[in-house]
Amino acid sequence: MAPRPLSPHLSVYRFAYTMALSILHRITGVALASGLLVLVAWLLALGGGPQAYAAFTGFMGHGLIQVILGAWLLAFLYHLANGIRHLFWDTGRGFAKTAARRSARMVIAFVVVAGALLVYVFFWPAGGVQ
Amino acid sequence: MAEFQLPPGSRISNDGKTFKAPEGAKKVRRFQIYRFDPDSGQNPRVDTYEIDMATCGPMVLDALIKIKNEIDPTLSFRRSCREGICGSCAMNIDGSNTLACIKSCADVKGADVRIYPLPHMPVIKDLIPDLTQFYAQYAAVKPWLTTRSPAPPDGERLQSKEDQEKIDGPSACILCACCSTSCPSYWWNSDRYLGPAALLAAYRWIVDSRDDSTGERLDALEDPFRLYRCHTIMNCTEACPKDLNPARAIGEIKRMIAGRRH
Repeated sequence: MAPRPLSPHLSVYRFAYTMALSILHRITGVALASGLLVLVAWLLALGGGPQAYAAFTGFMGHGLIQVILGAWLLAFLYHLANGIRHLFWDTGRGFAKTAARRSARMVIAFVVVAGALLVYVFFWPAGGVQ
Repeated sequence: MAEFQLPPGSRISNDGKTFKAPEGAKKVRRFQIYRFDPDSGQNPRVDTYEIDMATCGPMVLDALIKIKNEIDPTLSFRRSCREGICGSCAMNIDGSNTLACIKSCADVKGADVRIYPLPHMPVIKDLIPDLTQFYAQYAAVKPWLTTRSPAPPDGERLQSKEDQEKIDGPSACILCACCSTSCPSYWWNSDRYLGPAALLAAYRWIVDSRDDSTGERLDALEDPFRLYRCHTIMNCTEACPKDLNPARAIGEIKRMIAGRRH
C-alpha cells in the first residue's frame, strides 16, 4: 500500500486575521533584528569621524533607503503594539474570541494612526524633523 | 523544520471527476470534495458533485450522506451522532475546521462548498485522517485522576461548585481535533508539540481540585516544544465547534509554570 498522503494545510485553510497577525509579528521581529545592523553602522560612522558620518547620512538620505526606514518604523510600531497584546495574554487576559478580535483591531488602528503621524513627522519633505 | 509544500505524493492531481446534477434540479450547489483512494496508487484529487439542495438536508453532513447514498458510494467519511457531540465528522469546510453535522451549507458564503480532511494529517481515505498521533498525545497528558490521599471511606471525592466550574468548560471537549489541526504550530511541529486539544485536556486535570499531581503535570509540560510551541495564534479557539478556549487554557498553564518559579 502506498504511504498515506498528507492532507493540504496552508493551501486550503482560510487565511484568517489570527494567522495574519501572528506571522506579521514574526516577520516584523526579523526585520527589526536585522535593522539593528543599520544602528550599528550608524554608531560606527559616528565613531569614524565627520567624513565617515557625512558619507553615512548621505547614503541614508537616499530615497529608497528612506522608504525602507519608513517600513522599518511601521514594523517597529506593529511589533510594539502586538507585543503589548501578547503581554496582556501573558497575564491571562483577552483570550475570549471577541476580546482577541478587538485587540487585533486596536493593534492595526494604532499602527495606521501612529504610523501616519510619524511618517509625516520624520519623512515628509514638509514635515517637522529633517 | 517547517515544510510548507505538500510532498509530491500528496499533491492534488487534476484528475477530479464531475458528477452533474440530475435533470430538472432546482437549487443546484456544487460540492468540491477531496478524494484519496489508497488502493489506486494515484495522487489525491478533488471531485465535484452537483447537488439539488431542494432535496437535501441543510447541513454539510446531510449533503455528504446524500452523495454517498445517491451519487457515489465510494465517498468515505466518519460520522455518527449528527448533533455535534461525537466529534467524528470533523473536517475542513470552506477553509475552516468544524463539524460537518452542525455546519449549515447556507453558512458557506462562496458559490461552491469546498471540503477537505483535517489539515496536515496523514489521510487514510478521502475525508478520513489518521488520528493515531493525536490520540497518543492525548494519552501523553495522562487524562485521568491521580491521587495520593486515601479516598474518603464513605463516598466519592467531592469538590465545591466553584472547583467544578473550573473544569466544566475543558471537560466539554469532544476530541474532534478541529483545534489541533487548525494550528500552524501543530502543522509544523506535531511530532513534538502536543497541540491545543491535548493541552486543554492537560489543563482540565491540572486545575481539578481532586487531583494530586499538579506539580508533576506542570513538570511534564515545561518543555520548549510540548507546551511552548504555542504562540497564541488563536486559530484553535476560533475553530472549536464547542466554543471552548484552548488558547486560554494554554495561557493559564504557562502562567502557572511561570508563577511557581519564585
